[in-house]
Amino acid sequence: MTGKPKFAMYWAASCGGCEIATLNMHEKILDFDANFKVVFWPVAMDAKYKDVEAMEDGEILVTLFNGGIRNSENEHIAKLLRKKSQILVSFGSCAIEGGIPGLANLTEMHHFFDTVYTTVSTDNTNNHRPQVEYDMPEGKITIPEFKPVLQTLDQVVDVDYYMPGCPPETHQIAAVIDVLISVVKGEAVLPPKGSFLGVGNSTVCDECGRTRNLKKITEFKRIQDIKKIDPDLCLIEQGILCNGPATASGCESKCPSVNAPCAGCYGPAIGVKDFGARMITAIASVIDAEDPDEIERIMDGIIDPAGTFYRFGLANSMMRTGKASWNGK
Amino acid sequence: MANSKTPSGKPRIGVYVCHCGTNIAGVVDVEDVANWSAEELKDIGVVLSRDNKFMCSSQGQELIESDIKEFGLNRVVVAACSPHLHEKTFRGACERAGMNPFFCEMASIREQVSWVTKDKKKATEKSKSMVAGAVNRVVYHEALEPIKVPINPTTLIVGGGIAGIQAALEIANTGHEVYLVEREPSIGGHMAQFDKTFPTLDCSACILTPRMSEVGMHPNINLLTWSEVENVDGFVGNFDVTIRKKSRCVIEEDCTGCGICVQKCPITVIDDEFGVGIGTRKAIYTPFDQAIPNYPVLDKENCTYFIKGTCRACEKFCATNAIDFEQQDEIINVTVGNIILATGYDLFDARKMPNYGYGRYPNVFTSMEFERLCNAAGPTNGEIVLRDGVTAPKSVAIVHCVGSRDKNHNNYCSAICCMQSLKFAHIVYERTGAEIHNFYIDIRTTAKNYDEFYQRVLDEGTLFVRGKVAEITDVPQNEAEEGKLIVQAEDTLAGLQRRIPVDMVILSVGLEPKGDSDEVAHQFGISCSSNGWFTEKHPKLDPVSTMTEGIFIAGCATGPKDIPASVSQGSAAAARVISYIEMGELELEPVRASVIEEICSGCKICNDLCPYNAIIFIEDKQVTEINEALCQGCGTCVAACPAGAIVGTGFSNEQILAQIEGLMMDFSVPEVV
Repeated sequence: MTGKPKFAMYWAASCGGCEIATLNMHEKILDFDANFKVVFWPVAMDAKYKDVEAMEDGEILVTLFNGGIRNSENEHIAKLLRKKSQILVSFGSCAIEGGIPGLANLTEMHHFFDTVYTTVSTDNTNNHRPQVEYDMPEGKITIPEFKPVLQTLDQVVDVDYYMPGCPPETHQIAAVIDVLISVVKGEAVLPPKGSFLGVGNSTVCDECGRTRNLKKITEFKRIQDIKKIDPDLCLIEQGILCNGPATASGCESKCPSVNAPCAGCYGPAIGVKDFGARMITAIASVIDAEDPDEIERIMDGIIDPAGTFYRFGLANSMMRTGKASWNGK
Repeated sequence: MANSKTPSGKPRIGVYVCHCGTNIAGVVDVEDVANWSAEELKDIGVVLSRDNKFMCSSQGQELIESDIKEFGLNRVVVAACSPHLHEKTFRGACERAGMNPFFCEMASIREQVSWVTKDKKKATEKSKSMVAGAVNRVVYHEALEPIKVPINPTTLIVGGGIAGIQAALEIANTGHEVYLVEREPSIGGHMAQFDKTFPTLDCSACILTPRMSEVGMHPNINLLTWSEVENVDGFVGNFDVTIRKKSRCVIEEDCTGCGICVQKCPITVIDDEFGVGIGTRKAIYTPFDQAIPNYPVLDKENCTYFIKGTCRACEKFCATNAIDFEQQDEIINVTVGNIILATGYDLFDARKMPNYGYGRYPNVFTSMEFERLCNAAGPTNGEIVLRDGVTAPKSVAIVHCVGSRDKNHNNYCSAICCMQSLKFAHIVYERTGAEIHNFYIDIRTTAKNYDEFYQRVLDEGTLFVRGKVAEITDVPQNEAEEGKLIVQAEDTLAGLQRRIPVDMVILSVGLEPKGDSDEVAHQFGISCSSNGWFTEKHPKLDPVSTMTEGIFIAGCATGPKDIPASVSQGSAAAARVISYIEMGELELEPVRASVIEEICSGCKICNDLCPYNAIIFIEDKQVTEINEALCQGCGTCVAACPAGAIVGTGFSNEQILAQIEGLMMDFSVPEVV
């Protein structure tokens, strides 16, 4: 026996929630450990990039990669892990769609450096900015270079599978791990390349228990402005912008079941190219008004359209904000 | 996240770039487009690419046919005009060569490129983009079979003016049933209000009323006046129509039309509808003597019984007990195969031009008021008098183009006003001998015998002033103008300002779309131009069809026109309907939406959107379904579905995205898409 198949998990531009959701599988981790040898997982254990660099190509069986590609380090590791892994899984919203960090693609790079380094809350009187290279007496030191836009993993490297969610639900991760174990044991075969794993066929509404009627929206409300949310009626019908109709199922409708609108973290339903565009056309279709001024008034109730409809998917949207400047530098 | 699927069989695409004479080739370097396509798009599957003077010619079509056979093409792209014009032609050519016709795609490089692009280089590049888009798209096309629908032989005609009457008679005479729905108490439309028709000076009623009575007596025509269409569901061949027959308070089966109720009614009111405010009618009335049907209508707003609870004179005198004060509106449901809309027009409201004084000066009349005034059956028995009812005018001014050809009101020419004004001039000359001035912008007398009529009116001594009237006033500047209406206009031929004092002014007001034309268009699923006239499927080649199969349009509802043109359109629309009825069934484009049940979450976003009511919700499965027979393939639900669970045949995501990618191909740095 040449030893257990090797496993890696990496975080690029992400928050760490994906690893917590993975570690949250409790005793399932024992199954996991019995079947895999973890070779690289910065959150869970110490490892060095050079150890990975020293591996044979394809030495790692499976890598779960979360986070978007925000800087040159993220890109380097994405390419490295691609080379060293037989199966590369784009794991979680940020890796697949850009996620929350991807919203920065709405802004030019110098603008958000201004925000970070010169706003009043920052003590930076000499207006220092990060530099990629700096000459020290001991020699030149470098930090990763910030990219003009955040890219998704599959915009940078070839990806085998996708596992959406912010984070992916633990029970879905556990189920996928089970499938992987079966595949390793030769009891199952891998799904076709490009498949989405740990996700349902339909959308969140399919798993939502709320009553649904014909939708006629005359006003959008934010949940904090509603005295009492009807626990049994579709949130959209109550004027709350819920992304459930457009969001892939798989989470068991977690947010709507506790009176919170679906944020859309599971991304678009399978086959849909642009989550935000889908949601916008859907919402526009059910606005109950003919008069342009009235329509305008209703639409004004959508306080943050980009943040609502493209909260997770901006970097992977058809607009791919910033793509041109990315190519042209 | 690429989910592109390769079609069965390697695509072998033929590209044909049409010169369309100089229509395209004058601006686009068609040869370059053809050569470029052969070279740059060969990786996508283009095996040959040609340019040809007229692809739609039989020689062009035969070229496609022989290429399909000789080179084994399985996809065809024709870069030519809009698919509205020749998609059928080229699909036909493909079909004749044994290919499924839906593997043919058109790139509109005439309407969308050569006609709208001046720069030759840009036009050529744009054409390449269009071809690349079409080639990219056609790869994902699928073989489709047309959908066949049976045609119900009954027809609904909305509007009982001369166009609707003509259409009804044409269809009914072929033995097919017609429902003719008219909003007013009688059919006849505007033509029934006129005295004479130009240029022949036929008595309008004399030529119209025989047609009206023919409609009234026709065994195949179900005449529903004082009725309105409330709802339309369904599709060509099978429309379900709900009609509201408003209460007349008269039992039609019992009424003999004797008119005693009208005679005995003590209430006289101004007739604002048929009589346009000139003349009076009773509270129970027929709009005019020859009304069809001749059952009266009770006007509840003015009837003493409905106001005070007493009177009932009409009921008392009615020999057949046909008055029913309790009568309710009746809802009638009919199923028809085709619908003709001949809903007519409204007249421009002359009050919108306060400088002409209509409504302030009693002796400023609108053209329709004058029609009633000079009508032998009108309030003055045809005598032309001022508003006082007795004084004959000694001088009359007739103003053309009121509300027409005027950027402040309607840009278009109302088509009939010149001839109408000339007709008025002739009638005034003949009946009063008054001095007549016609104020015109241009004289447009293009139809048969029209200009001869103009010459006749000139010979009669009518004076013509070329210039738009600035103002009509009663403020005199000298003794000759005392007590007169003064028409102030620039005489653009003489190059001077004129002030012409007259006794009477007639404003030849323009034609406007019906006030509710937008709602009617929406109800029947057709569209209106920005002006509000119903839009034809093709303005020249299909002027009585609409983009909605089975809905036809005729008469002034599509734009201003004279009586012969309205009658022709009524006949034309009828011919279209009759041909559909004779075909028995119709082949429809198989472009339909359908729901992928596993993806549908039952969110109900789409449930209220379908203009054809083709969407149904299956409660036990909690999913939405689309009735294929009702679906017209408009794509509304496809776009609205947040889950991407609804797909449109012929407009799949893959097809559309592939086309967009082709369109966005970068020419400066060629790259493989």
